[in-house]
Amino acid sequence: MLTGLLYCSVPVTGMGQQVGAYGVQDTLRSGFSSVKNELLPSHALELSEKNFQLNQDKMNFSNLRNIQGLHAPLKLQMEYRAARQIQRLPFLQSSHLALDTLKGNDESISFEDILNDPSQSEMVGEPHVMMEYKLGLM
Amino acid sequence: MATLSVCQPQLGGFSFENCKRNAVLEAEVTKLGCNVPSARKTGTTICGVVFKDGIVLGADTRATEGMIVADKNCSKIHYISPNIYCCGAGTAADTEMTTQIISSNLELHSLSTSRLPRVATANRMLKQMLFRYQGHIGAALVLGGVDCNGPHLYSIYPHGSTDKLPYVTMGSGSLAAMAVFEDRYKQDMEEEDAKRLVRDAIAAGIFNDLGSGSNIDLCVITKGRVDYLRPHDMANKKGVRCVYEHEALPHQTGNYKYKQGTTGVLTKSVIKLDLEVVEETVQTMDTS
Repeated sequence: MLTGLLYCSVPVTGMGQQVGAYGVQDTLRSGFSSVKNELLPSHALELSEKNFQLNQDKMNFSNLRNIQGLHAPLKLQMEYRAARQIQRLPFLQSSHLALDTLKGNDESISFEDILNDPSQSEMVGEPHVMMEYKLGLM
Repeated sequence: MATLSVCQPQLGGFSFENCKRNAVLEAEVTKLGCNVPSARKTGTTICGVVFKDGIVLGADTRATEGMIVADKNCSKIHYISPNIYCCGAGTAADTEMTTQIISSNLELHSLSTSRLPRVATANRMLKQMLFRYQGHIGAALVLGGVDCNGPHLYSIYPHGSTDKLPYVTMGSGSLAAMAVFEDRYKQDMEEEDAKRLVRDAIAAGIFNDLGSGSNIDLCVITKGRVDYLRPHDMANKKGVRCVYEHEALPHQTGNYKYKQGTTGVLTKSVIKLDLEVVEETVQTMDTS
């Protein structure tokens, strides 16, 4: 069931690497590219996992809007936006304490906490590059 | 594929970086005619039954890796909370990790609500997680427990569907065990009858299915008490042929060793070997 080719056969945009200057693949920064790498996700779950949190939030907010009116999701999103600003610069590990408390992640454990812990990752981002990316200068 | 510089902070959770590489490797290996190593599964018989005061869960104890028995005595009844236990069939690692994650979540949840957790909560958490991963997590579970609303028994499939039933079986030996249940299940049984029924169902799975074997574990859950009987019955002892209910004495395996003196000795000559000491060194051990 789990072996064999796990390609999702529907091509999707947005799987590719970042584009550099002039809209062309930045080979120095992102390595070689191929059409298959850019268009096809490598696992059937890759796409759904990438967007899972976003979709959950969207669903919850629209439910909240239907139940309690427009003010409820607006207030919550304002609080989320405020909590998202209390973080360190992108190359340092921030605790996300306020954001986790708001979202309720402090009372649950999932694969995001066990596997691939970002504080244990072997690659460290380069500060200047990450800041440029965050500020949109790249 | 490692990029030359990391622009975005890494997220936790599953990483799909090596999937393409793995697919290429697998294609190459099958071209050469070899097999990719397979995950350890618990081709299994697990079952559960609701009786008058609670739940009896049963499981065999064999874990297989392809055609080889990987673990002769593995424990398939996992702890979820003091009043809820869960049997797991399918990929061994998946059932192990899934039940551990749900157990932690239920503990946090029960601390937050200051109540004993309910079986329906565990069921919903499990089904939502398994549906999120669309069956790629190969865990088929039998979840049972006693909470404030009485005894409950659920079966949970790898894709996320659940059934709430008075008796359930899962795993490769599920048909054999279900045959026993369908024949002898009655509502509101006594505890001893329920234990005997589950033991017989698992034994049917063990003796009729290649993926199940070794011993029978039972877990009896009632309000305020859990009996984890491991092993409850050693159905397959090494060196003893199995006991059938209708036969009085167990068979012993034949003794195939020859008695001393079976082969006659014609002549005997002893040659002493003279060894001379060439070199002697002493190496002190550090025993501090």
